[in-house]
Amino acid sequence: MLEFRAMKIVEKAQLMSAAEIDRTLQRLAHEIVEKSGGTKHLALIGIRRRGVPLAQRIVQAMRGIDGVEVPVGILDITLYRDDLSKVAPQAVLQSSDITFGVDGMNLVLVDDVLYTGRTIRAAMNGLFDLGRPQRVSLCVLIDRGHREMPIESQYTGRVVQTSATEIIEVRLREIDNEERVVLVDRVE
Amino acid sequence: MIYRFRDLLALEPLSAAELTFLLDQSKPFQEIQRHPLKKLATLRGKTVALAFFETSTRTRISFGTAASRLGADSMNLQAEASSLKKGETLLDTAFNLNAMKPDCLVMRHSASGAADYVARHLDMPVVNAGDGTHEHPSQGLLDALTIRDRKGTIENLNVTILGDLSHSRVARSNIHLLGKFGCRFTLCGPAMWVPHELEKIAPGTPIRSVYKIEEALEDADVIIMLRVQTERQHEPSISANDYIHGYQLNAERLKRAKPNALVLHPGPMNRGIEITPEVADGPQSCVLEQVTNGVAVRMAILYLLIAGDSEDGAHPAVRQAPATPTAHNRRSTDDAAQHPVSKGKDS
Repeated sequence: MLEFRAMKIVEKAQLMSAAEIDRTLQRLAHEIVEKSGGTKHLALIGIRRRGVPLAQRIVQAMRGIDGVEVPVGILDITLYRDDLSKVAPQAVLQSSDITFGVDGMNLVLVDDVLYTGRTIRAAMNGLFDLGRPQRVSLCVLIDRGHREMPIESQYTGRVVQTSATEIIEVRLREIDNEERVVLVDRVE
Repeated sequence: MIYRFRDLLALEPLSAAELTFLLDQSKPFQEIQRHPLKKLATLRGKTVALAFFETSTRTRISFGTAASRLGADSMNLQAEASSLKKGETLLDTAFNLNAMKPDCLVMRHSASGAADYVARHLDMPVVNAGDGTHEHPSQGLLDALTIRDRKGTIENLNVTILGDLSHSRVARSNIHLLGKFGCRFTLCGPAMWVPHELEKIAPGTPIRSVYKIEEALEDADVIIMLRVQTERQHEPSISANDYIHGYQLNAERLKRAKPNALVLHPGPMNRGIEITPEVADGPQSCVLEQVTNGVAVRMAILYLLIAGDSEDGAHPAVRQAPATPTAHNRRSTDDAAQHPVSKGKDS
């Protein structure tokens, strides 16, 4: 974290505008409903933090498609991470909030960026502590490659080729007060 | 950085912000108690040494459960079966436990200050699970968490503590915690159990002693019952009948407190002595919530003290200068040994 701060962050490109994010989420909502054969037993699980507003927006889009209220849960994966010792243990833990039973459900995990796959692995560990869903699939806004786990997304907003030093920043109005996806790079 | 210490030895030195942080960190662990599967892998490969030089059922099982639900292993030392009986000093026992390379030591001892003394000689985190008549920090935290859940706040409450206060580390931890949030205390019990010195243990906190239970319960938001500690009493004790007559919390007396006053008891309860079954099992009683919350609080403590304590050893809460830089186990050797374990988790 310290060396991170010493480096300069340069914005290289804007990958998505607010309108593009919105259109992509609309499409993802349609895809999920289509591939799930409707919204029966369907629920979305947003991964803290930016997966949460994305899941909520996809559910809102689904309301327009099927007129059905698809439940949204919130999953905090801090305690399920495999790199705990590298994470500040003093970070304030957030609660997960999944009020429906997951047994037999068709769950879609929602996150902003798919990278190494470790977050998703952790999320699945957390999810299976809650019960036995019928099916779990993954929806991400950006897939940037560099996987370290055999994990792929079923619903992908956009695939972006990146180098290891580059960072994808998904900025959402609910959290960041602006709405766009940018590619930034770290330079010494 | 929110929590400044390597250990959890007492609540007295902690700030209101640190105490709030510890209570907030317990919330996700409370939630895990409600999961069908309660076991995490967060502290997999870590070991918690439980050294109870004084008997305990609830606290030892609670810490053991907390360690296990975090995925850590525990080693258990109990006074009856230990080499203390064979003449080993406390420090030698601690060094020997340390030599088995645990990542944290949870200890209870009948001497006040014992955990602090051991912590000064070890370079791993030490959790005080009760030292003599000094403090019982995890009990203070779980009581506060229980009160906060029920009342929505721990600020500016009238807290009545009933029973054997002179021997109670629970009362001291409660006063040091809740006092920092503006709570006012009324201590009540037979005169020989309510020493006036207690009124001065937390400067700035209003503490009064009364000897009539009816007066003590007046206007109370929270009533904390204490067990009659026969094992710590050297002076002539009060008879059970006299205690029941003068100090038992029954439904009739409870009416003097505020209508929604909470009743807490650290256990084990003597039903029919300090509390009637009617009150103990009544809607105002939080006794079993306290036990459930105890596991969550202890998970939060172990997570905080152990989780960051690896890699380069740069735990943010490591104290500036270890008191004795002995060669018992330098942090670096420890980490070298642990590193492959944490690396291997993902393979």
